[in-house]
Amino acid sequence: MTALVGEAEAATLRRRYARRHVAARVGVYAAAAAAAFLCSAPFLWSMVTAFKQNRDLYNADNNPFAFNRPATSDHVLYLFRSTAFGTFVWNTLWVGVLVVLITLVLGLPAAYALARLDRPWAGWLGVAIFLVYLVPPSLLFLSLSRIVVEVGLQDSAWSLVLIYPTITIPVSIWLLIGFLKGIPRDIEEQAMVDGYSRVGAFLRAVVPLAFPGIVAVVVFAFTLTASEFIYALAFVSPTAEKVVSTGVPTELVRGDIFFWQSLQAATVLVAIPIALVFNLFLDRFVAGFTQGAVKG
Amino acid sequence: MTVTATDRRTSDVAGMHTARRRLADRDSALAWLFLMPSVVYILALVAVPFVLAVGFALSDVTAGDPSYDFVGFRNFERVFDDPVFWRSLGNTFLFTAVSMALIVVFGKVLANILVAEFRGKWIVRFLVLLPWTTPVTLGAIAWLWLLDSIFSPIDWVLRELGLLGRPGALLGAESNLFWLGEPDLAMGSVIAVHVWRLTPLAAVIMVAGLVAIPRDLDEAARVDGAGFWRRMFEVTIPLTLPVIAVAALFGAIFTFTDMAVVDVLTNGGPNNATQVLTSWAFFRGIDGGDVGQGAAIALFLFPLLLAAAIAILRAVRRMEVG
Amino acid sequence: MAVVELRQLVKEFDSGRVRAVDGVDLTTEEGEYLVLLGPSGCGKTTLLRTIAGLEQPTAGDVLIDGHVVTGLPPRARKIAMVFQSYALYPHKTVLANIVFPLRAARIARPERERKAHWAAKLLGIEHLLARKPRQLSGGERQRVALARALVREPLVFLLDEPLSNLDAKLRASARDELKTFQQEIGTTTIYVTHDQVEAMGLGDRIAVLSDGRVRQLGHPVDVYDDPADTFVARFIGSPPMNLVPRDGHLVGFRPEHLLPEDVLPAGADRETVPFAVDRIEYLSGDRHVYGTVSGLGEATRVVARLPATVGTPISAGESYDFVVARERMRFFDAQTGHRSEAVRL
Repeated sequence: MTALVGEAEAATLRRRYARRHVAARVGVYAAAAAAAFLCSAPFLWSMVTAFKQNRDLYNADNNPFAFNRPATSDHVLYLFRSTAFGTFVWNTLWVGVLVVLITLVLGLPAAYALARLDRPWAGWLGVAIFLVYLVPPSLLFLSLSRIVVEVGLQDSAWSLVLIYPTITIPVSIWLLIGFLKGIPRDIEEQAMVDGYSRVGAFLRAVVPLAFPGIVAVVVFAFTLTASEFIYALAFVSPTAEKVVSTGVPTELVRGDIFFWQSLQAATVLVAIPIALVFNLFLDRFVAGFTQGAVKG
Repeated sequence: MTVTATDRRTSDVAGMHTARRRLADRDSALAWLFLMPSVVYILALVAVPFVLAVGFALSDVTAGDPSYDFVGFRNFERVFDDPVFWRSLGNTFLFTAVSMALIVVFGKVLANILVAEFRGKWIVRFLVLLPWTTPVTLGAIAWLWLLDSIFSPIDWVLRELGLLGRPGALLGAESNLFWLGEPDLAMGSVIAVHVWRLTPLAAVIMVAGLVAIPRDLDEAARVDGAGFWRRMFEVTIPLTLPVIAVAALFGAIFTFTDMAVVDVLTNGGPNNATQVLTSWAFFRGIDGGDVGQGAAIALFLFPLLLAAAIAILRAVRRMEVG
Repeated sequence: MAVVELRQLVKEFDSGRVRAVDGVDLTTEEGEYLVLLGPSGCGKTTLLRTIAGLEQPTAGDVLIDGHVVTGLPPRARKIAMVFQSYALYPHKTVLANIVFPLRAARIARPERERKAHWAAKLLGIEHLLARKPRQLSGGERQRVALARALVREPLVFLLDEPLSNLDAKLRASARDELKTFQQEIGTTTIYVTHDQVEAMGLGDRIAVLSDGRVRQLGHPVDVYDDPADTFVARFIGSPPMNLVPRDGHLVGFRPEHLLPEDVLPAGADRETVPFAVDRIEYLSGDRHVYGTVSGLGEATRVVARLPATVGTPISAGESYDFVVARERMRFFDAQTGHRSEAVRL
């Protein structure tokens, strides 16, 4: 180990490492491409399917990836004109927004209390909240159906507004604690010295700094809400009140007949915007997880 | 009442003490104020229903006869006698275990891709996130068509490649593989959809762990002479084990408590081959109207999940390196 | 042997917008302790990392032991590096940390153990082998990092500000240990720091860097007494060299050479400098006298450092005739900052 290699060997080594470097780069691109393809393949294919004519689609010998007959937008239009898809999307949106608002109003102060106001029982409560998250909707939906009936909200999308925060609040608190812990105490203390109360310092100094984390939590909570299935299925039956998650599978299937093109179009139309927004905030989300899961 | 910096009462020491006590009180009062709404809300809509669920499991409540009569463990007896219940229980564990293993492995690979430097990363990130960000049922619908028993494109590709649809072909002479009709294939399909959906989430969580490793350590390992695989297995993975465990936990939770994938894809079929606890509970409790039985079935979910979660969290604590 | 040579090394970042290393030529002497000294952002760490192979240069070559190693990864260069944070693997024991590079080199087990114990003994950490890094003090961690570096028997040690994370009190003893260690081992060492006291104490030679370029390379005494430009003159020495503008030049003299008239004999080749004293600090037995000089050039605020042995009474608010020995004066071009010929006063 005491001497370096001879000059000729050094040159060979340099070449070998240069080759390995190139191979590694190619490998990364190949892996990234493969991953991207595997994850998005169903959607890519859905997009093609959505524009296919019936005769083209319902022919097992046709190439499913190509347009053997000219593409048509009939089915997509059908989705918007003759089904309640628009209603479903609208319901999902307003339910989502309200649920996120409730989550923030209840969850942000709670997270702040646990992250900052050092109470001895803070650790316990944090764990308890996480454990609450483990109680699955699949267990609670039966009792909650009863409660929803008692409160008179059955068959209304408002029941979802009431119940969904049980899913979003625990996880949001957990994430927010992580974000808030990452903000130095100095800033709040400076605000309090400058004359604000605890609450004032919270609103004026902490919230603006935690804003990126809050946005990430908002996006995550909205995704959870839009994706929820069990409660939506159990509580809401009338078509006009359904959300996308339950509406699309149930309404676009008439008996045994599936309106496949419209179904696929619906899938793609909902999936892409959510993914775009999530992608925008991915870095924040990762940062929050680093604080919460890794260090918390 | 704000305590201003110019508030000088040099002679009134007692006054200062009172002011400070009030502020401290406010802190603890504030803590309660901030926490109460969430706690009350969760108690009302999680703890109470949970207790109710236990209550239902011990009752004979049905959709037709909502009167509450305590019947002890009769529901449980009926449930245990039902072979479909055991099938559901077994399936729930099987799906969760296999999915979790695959999710962790694929998630790790995907996490490594997501932290690497390359052009076009934004597009890859976007495409890779699609499975997770899509509502479960919609993703399942996309797969439903992909696995259709007549028009599946996968079958079409296999037929074109000659692996299917001819006598003596590798995968059989039938023109289609019945992805959702054959019990084994159906179970595989459900697992595949779970893995497809949750790998991105696991990857994102693991990226957080990868990013948290100080760059120094990787560089020190490089200088020390460690190649790619040694660095991966001796430095990166041991240090991200806590995060991998968290990712596995989330994967397990989402798979264990899932109902949407099974419901949309197979509806529990063929012949209850892919039935899981949640879907079976729904079938019995809502479709079948037997609330008591439904509750009894669903109740099995919680202790198992709790045990798994506690085990994983304990392991994470132990794995934490200063 | 074991000489590091840098030829016209350039490193750019951000597609050429940032030039961290701007054409560096440097050759170490065998077995020497070379310090790369400079303020934050001067490129010293980038330079070190380029030598290590953690960064690839934009242009130029790195040679180790006469062979061009540019393009080779770190592990092929027979170097060892100690990071600022020591980068000990937190999940491994001290022994496992030390043995790690040997396992990477696929050295047989008995040989590995022997070498590890040898290194541990040399650094006095044999009793710590079963512990984990988080159970060690800062000084102990440094020794483990050194043991891990030592065990590979590299041609060059590269150290990136390893003392910065230690308590001020520990730093002096850790510095002493480092120097003794290096002298015992005799391996060429390149050491990066921004602390000029460390540099002066440790280095056999010092390379002063700023803006990616080497301003001066020399022994500590030379860098101190004969700075190559105003940057080196002001960076080295505490308090820094006084610089008085005069006719397009800068006249420089160190604070310890600005003395009361009665200290230097009247016949000595000296320059009289009227000094209006402003304030006086008492630091570690010395008096630091702040004030304004005139007559030498433009009126400039300067510092005089009077050791405890000089007892001349000085009061703030008074003016005195101070003197500077002419042989101690250094002259710089006011525009370029470079050292120039002595100027007749």
